[in-house]
Amino acid sequence: MKKFHVAIIGGGVIGSSIAWYLSKYKLDVAVFEAGSDVASGASKANSGVIHSGINSPPSSLKAHFCAEGNKMFSALANRLGFSLTWVGKHIIAKNEKEVKELERLKKVGKKNKVPNLEIIDGKEVKKKEPNVPCVAALWVPTAGIIQPYEFTIALAENAAINNVKFLLETKVVGLKKEKNSFFIKTNKGNFLANTVINAAGVNCREIVNMLEKPDFFVFPCRGEYLVLDKTYSNLVNSMIYPVPQKELGVLGIHITPTIEGNILLGPSAEFIENINDRSTTRNMMETLLFEAKKILPGLPDKAVIKAYSGIRCKLASPAEGGWADYIVEESKQTPGFINLLGIESPGITAAPAIAKEVTKMLSKSVDLKTKTDFKIRKKKKRFSQMNSKERSDLIKKDKRWGRIICRCEHVTEAEVIDAFSNPIGAQTISAAKYRCRVGLGRCQGGFCTQHIVRILEKEFKTDIKKMKLKSPNSYLFFSRTREKKND
Amino acid sequence: MINHNVDITVIGAGPAGLAAAVSASEHGAKNILIIDRNSWVGGILPQCIHDGFGVEETGRSMTGPEYADMYIYIVKKKNINILKETMVLRIDRDKKITVVNKDGLHNIKTKCIILAMGCREKTRWSALIPGDRPSGIYTAGVAQALINLYNIMPGRNVVILGSGDIGLIMARRLKFEGANVLGVIEILAYASGLPRNVVQCLDDYDIPLFLNHTITYIKGKERIESVTIAQIDKKMNIISGTEKEIKCDTLLLSLGLIPENELSKDVGIIIDKITGGPIVNQNLETSFSGVFACGNCLQVYDTVDSLSINAKHAGKNAANYKKKKVNHKLNVIPGKGIRYVIPQMITEPGKIRFTLRVEKPKLKTSIHFIIGSKEIFKKKLPYINPANMIEIYVDISKDLIKSNKILEVALFD
Repeated sequence: MKKFHVAIIGGGVIGSSIAWYLSKYKLDVAVFEAGSDVASGASKANSGVIHSGINSPPSSLKAHFCAEGNKMFSALANRLGFSLTWVGKHIIAKNEKEVKELERLKKVGKKNKVPNLEIIDGKEVKKKEPNVPCVAALWVPTAGIIQPYEFTIALAENAAINNVKFLLETKVVGLKKEKNSFFIKTNKGNFLANTVINAAGVNCREIVNMLEKPDFFVFPCRGEYLVLDKTYSNLVNSMIYPVPQKELGVLGIHITPTIEGNILLGPSAEFIENINDRSTTRNMMETLLFEAKKILPGLPDKAVIKAYSGIRCKLASPAEGGWADYIVEESKQTPGFINLLGIESPGITAAPAIAKEVTKMLSKSVDLKTKTDFKIRKKKKRFSQMNSKERSDLIKKDKRWGRIICRCEHVTEAEVIDAFSNPIGAQTISAAKYRCRVGLGRCQGGFCTQHIVRILEKEFKTDIKKMKLKSPNSYLFFSRTREKKND
Repeated sequence: MINHNVDITVIGAGPAGLAAAVSASEHGAKNILIIDRNSWVGGILPQCIHDGFGVEETGRSMTGPEYADMYIYIVKKKNINILKETMVLRIDRDKKITVVNKDGLHNIKTKCIILAMGCREKTRWSALIPGDRPSGIYTAGVAQALINLYNIMPGRNVVILGSGDIGLIMARRLKFEGANVLGVIEILAYASGLPRNVVQCLDDYDIPLFLNHTITYIKGKERIESVTIAQIDKKMNIISGTEKEIKCDTLLLSLGLIPENELSKDVGIIIDKITGGPIVNQNLETSFSGVFACGNCLQVYDTVDSLSINAKHAGKNAANYKKKKVNHKLNVIPGKGIRYVIPQMITEPGKIRFTLRVEKPKLKTSIHFIIGSKEIFKKKLPYINPANMIEIYVDISKDLIKSNKILEVALFD
């Protein structure tokens, strides 16, 4: 039976961050991911905001990890080559009552050591954001945006080239503590590990339950989003937030520009029964447009190119309301079992700081020896971002750089092949989409699907019946036409 | 950088681009270059293996590939150059075109441009259809390409949303391949595809058409498992209690087509909000002098025949293009009962070919061309339907253009 020093359950942003931090040391580390790729859950479906720390209650773990993480991001983006822009955030007040709330938020921010906060009047806001009417706004310059899946993938792929094993489509179904190690039962066989890290996101309670009786509940809270066509990218220049709704413990439906020029509307906040119910609903899609128009009256009606939703892992019940703090600790009952629970917003921002903390926790029981051959896989520049010379030079070397597969996002055949050749072995259509943007544009795969299928067949010898959209059983096709059934 | 110097550049080698290039050549243009993204010529035609193409134009019913071949043969004979697997990255204000292909980046200097980029299909999200996001949801055109070009069967138990022509054609096509086509769902009170396709693709195969219905939910965590359909009232609200779940493994979307004009928009060409295509004059010339538009990027046509006829008009005018100063123009606007009219402006007198669509189906009505309070033309129509594009020729005099007034096209009972 294969034995690892550390088993990380969950390949979201938390699991992948920890994997990358641990990949610097001489350890056998494995990530168990039930989905077909990393970032298959909430890590993919969020606003992609690097939070300043203004919203978290002072002296909470949330505030601490958020502030720490925020400071780490510029260096991380440089090192791993993912995109990050400090666009800043305006929290807007629609009336005098809300202006008071801005003042309160500013005080909280100061306590959390968020720098350069400023309340500006509506006229000043209008200069920066001509499409956003308001009475005043709290300007938060230290808030940034990333593509959350790009960040998670960069972490995971860098961990993978430094020998962390990513076991995709591998669902942990049982855990047992045996003497000094854990017995891990999965749908793909059994494994052993000295330490188990629970980074299973919204499924974290299920994992705890395999070893001990959990003393907490998860209240899944769904957030739906709408994605707008890039044509409307100049509607906003920064993130525009309403004053947060305290009762719900969420930040409210906001307008978030993305690095690629699409605008996100959302998220909604709705407690749901089923932890896996990531559907989008007519009611919420209409609400999102309605609420967004309150912030951005000029929002056009037919701008939506996609809707999605993600599930927040909330530890505070709807009755309690508000926020519950993160739980980042080694189990007292089961030594060697590290739990990361309730990591909802600002989880992306907090991820690197949490990973650092977990590494510190591990160092108490394990002698962490640094690798001498630690490698960095920096993300390659995309064709769409290159200048003419860079493009010409690449096409001269490899003709596949001259063949555009995705017309909306200008993605070349070389980039699609590179995306499918990723070091963690993710091979779904979504895996390529989130690595090189093929099919992420306004036609949503209308033109490129056939070309992607052709590439998978020709270059990767993938059987059409085994091609998947995004998850272990999301098969794309049934058979060849007129194929005889083997009864 | 590879440089080209040509008289006319045609963007798109689908039926519109081919017809425009052939016509430009017939009208004396010498140096014509066609650019296309695909590795083949003919655009969408090679995947349209049903027949009915060319009846109006040639009196002969052909399949899509046959119809394309008819034009490809002439293009070859006339030595018109085609750059395949070539993507236009941008058009500049001085008409310089930057393209890329496996040989590298190219700069094309050209006197005229003919836009023939075609259209794209609306997706699930243009109709904001709620529910899960499983695999097994395809636009009808993608499914058509998969089956007809790649011999791939997307599914076995299929529901089709939208009764556009591609949806109807695909209902029959899937039936031929042994799939169960469980029904075609249409939100309107009438089919949006051509009446002949409703008969030949649905009625003849006992495929049910659910009019006044829509999909209210898509279910399936991984592969699609079912759709819930419901009836809608006249105000397009869902009538509760009429919901019905249909188990299926595949959903095809035939929700309509959107003209592809990202290149046109980027270079500042004015777009008609209704057609989604550039605003053009009687020569199919856009707001950018020397740039013409034709085919489905101008407006979505019903048949390739009428598309080709209009595209030839664009080709001819590009061949005869000379920059002129426009002193007077007659703006054309849709009036009561009319969705849109092309051309949207007239700058030269003559017998003008108008193409237009009405808003709703109607029996016994008449169409009127009015300037101020003066009616300049009228025609009785026994039956009108938004699915059938109407073509009308009207003489427009020099004096009318000089009046700088507005020409309104409207329906009267």
